[in-house]
Amino acid sequence: MSTPRIPSRLSGYYFGLIALLYLPIAILFVFSINANTTLSFPMQGLTLGWYRQLLESEAVLRAARNSLVVAAGSSAVATTLGTMVALLIARYRFRAKGLLVALAVLPLIVPFVVLAVALLILFSALHVDRSLWTIGIGHTVVALPYTLLIVVARLAGFDPNLEEAAMDLGANYPTTLRRIVLPIIAPAMVSAWLTAFTVSFDEFALALFLAGTEPTFPVYLFSQLRFANRLPIMIALAVLLMIGTLTLVFIAERVRRVE
Amino acid sequence: MLDRRATFWVLYLPPLLWLGAFFVVPLILMAAFSFRADMRGEVLQGWTPTLKQYAGLFAAGSYWRLLGISAFMALIVALISTALAYPIAYFLAFRAGRRAGFYLVLLLVPFWTSYLLRVMAWKFMLGSNGVINSFLMYTGLIHEPLTALLYNRNAVVLTLIYVWIPFVALPIFAALQRIDLALFEAAADLGATPFRRFWRVTFPLSLPGVFAAFFMVFIPTVGEYVTPLLVGGSRGSMYGNIVQDFFTKAANWPLGSALSMIMLIATLALVALAVRIVDLRRLIE
Repeated sequence: MSTPRIPSRLSGYYFGLIALLYLPIAILFVFSINANTTLSFPMQGLTLGWYRQLLESEAVLRAARNSLVVAAGSSAVATTLGTMVALLIARYRFRAKGLLVALAVLPLIVPFVVLAVALLILFSALHVDRSLWTIGIGHTVVALPYTLLIVVARLAGFDPNLEEAAMDLGANYPTTLRRIVLPIIAPAMVSAWLTAFTVSFDEFALALFLAGTEPTFPVYLFSQLRFANRLPIMIALAVLLMIGTLTLVFIAERVRRVE
Repeated sequence: MLDRRATFWVLYLPPLLWLGAFFVVPLILMAAFSFRADMRGEVLQGWTPTLKQYAGLFAAGSYWRLLGISAFMALIVALISTALAYPIAYFLAFRAGRRAGFYLVLLLVPFWTSYLLRVMAWKFMLGSNGVINSFLMYTGLIHEPLTALLYNRNAVVLTLIYVWIPFVALPIFAALQRIDLALFEAAADLGATPFRRFWRVTFPLSLPGVFAAFFMVFIPTVGEYVTPLLVGGSRGSMYGNIVQDFFTKAANWPLGSALSMIMLIATLALVALAVRIVDLRRLIE
């Protein structure tokens, strides 16, 4: 068996690029244990002080908590709505189907800045003050396409005859959904929720427009960029959050593979 | 089957109402706002529509130039990141063997880490007392910090390429994996050199993935505003930044809405073009 022989320089290229991709991340990590407030050579020594200060910094932890709340809530709503649309796509035939699919996937395409200003106009028209709620609502819209695509892939992969069998045995359709379909797609829903969670947790472009007085972590991080002496604390938290996000992503992948 | 039909409405109405209220209605309000003369008065109260904003927008060349520049920057970012990611995808599909899965995860980890942070990391690298400058000064290669590294369009393009590469490799990898290996043997049996085999067999068959990758970067990058905000400065701003400015600093929402409408229409036109070139159904498979 011979595939085209491109020189094994290819693996060198791969590892070189990987090194470049990890370099900025490594720099963030070094920054978080660097004794100085600017990251410049020669380095002045290492410290865990930023991590200790982080635990005492209420505003930073509050912003992180806000992000957790928004991400948990918006991803729950997005997963519920996405699953509903997925069920409609996979199990029903109706005239407006193409329209519904387009509507549900379009948030992936519309530029975030456009969606952000549109939501800003909506909330100001309704005299709704900007808050974590308005950020959360924005995040449900942008996370919905992801949840939909994940769940629909799972629904396409299992046999509709299972549902037929349940209904032949006397179950009505809502019962069949609850007892047969939901348990089967549950891993995909967990995976969808985790994906939506990471989308929301990381989201800045919408949140910058929709945040009120309570910032999410990315918004707070952005507002603190001007203050050089606060930066290492933010980076320290960012490193911890990065580790948290990666853990979530790996769990999501695991759950998806279990199927 | 009445319960099945009832279930239909239970499943249908919540997402429809939610997306209607928080996706369709806001965009319609934005469109309406772009026909307002000024910010005075309530949004929902009656006002006389005017083409004033669009007239001003069409008269001023600067907005169009910036839209053109943004599209050009997006084009460069999409071309370079696709070109850089292709060998990676090729390596994963044909050379990595059993470890391909691990190598793929290794590639994607940076993409799963915070976007804002990765962009910030570049700011720390390129800044006047950042990593690159202080390192070069430390080694004695330069004596004054290089200020040309940060706060311009090159910094934005560089950072965006960095952000996109892992993501771009995915559709190309998927397209390469679908190629029937027997085709290579056939080409080899017929005497094609490896070089010819790549350009006549592998590359043409991977084109759907290449186009998909290109558009997956190009379309969102045209509307980008966060990366230019962080590493672009005033000299590196993109079209998305003026939309942002009119809604924050300048507080001219009607003009901002008109600019935003132009961007929405441009994006939808690009998507329509992309859908004609790439058969989306083949990608979802």
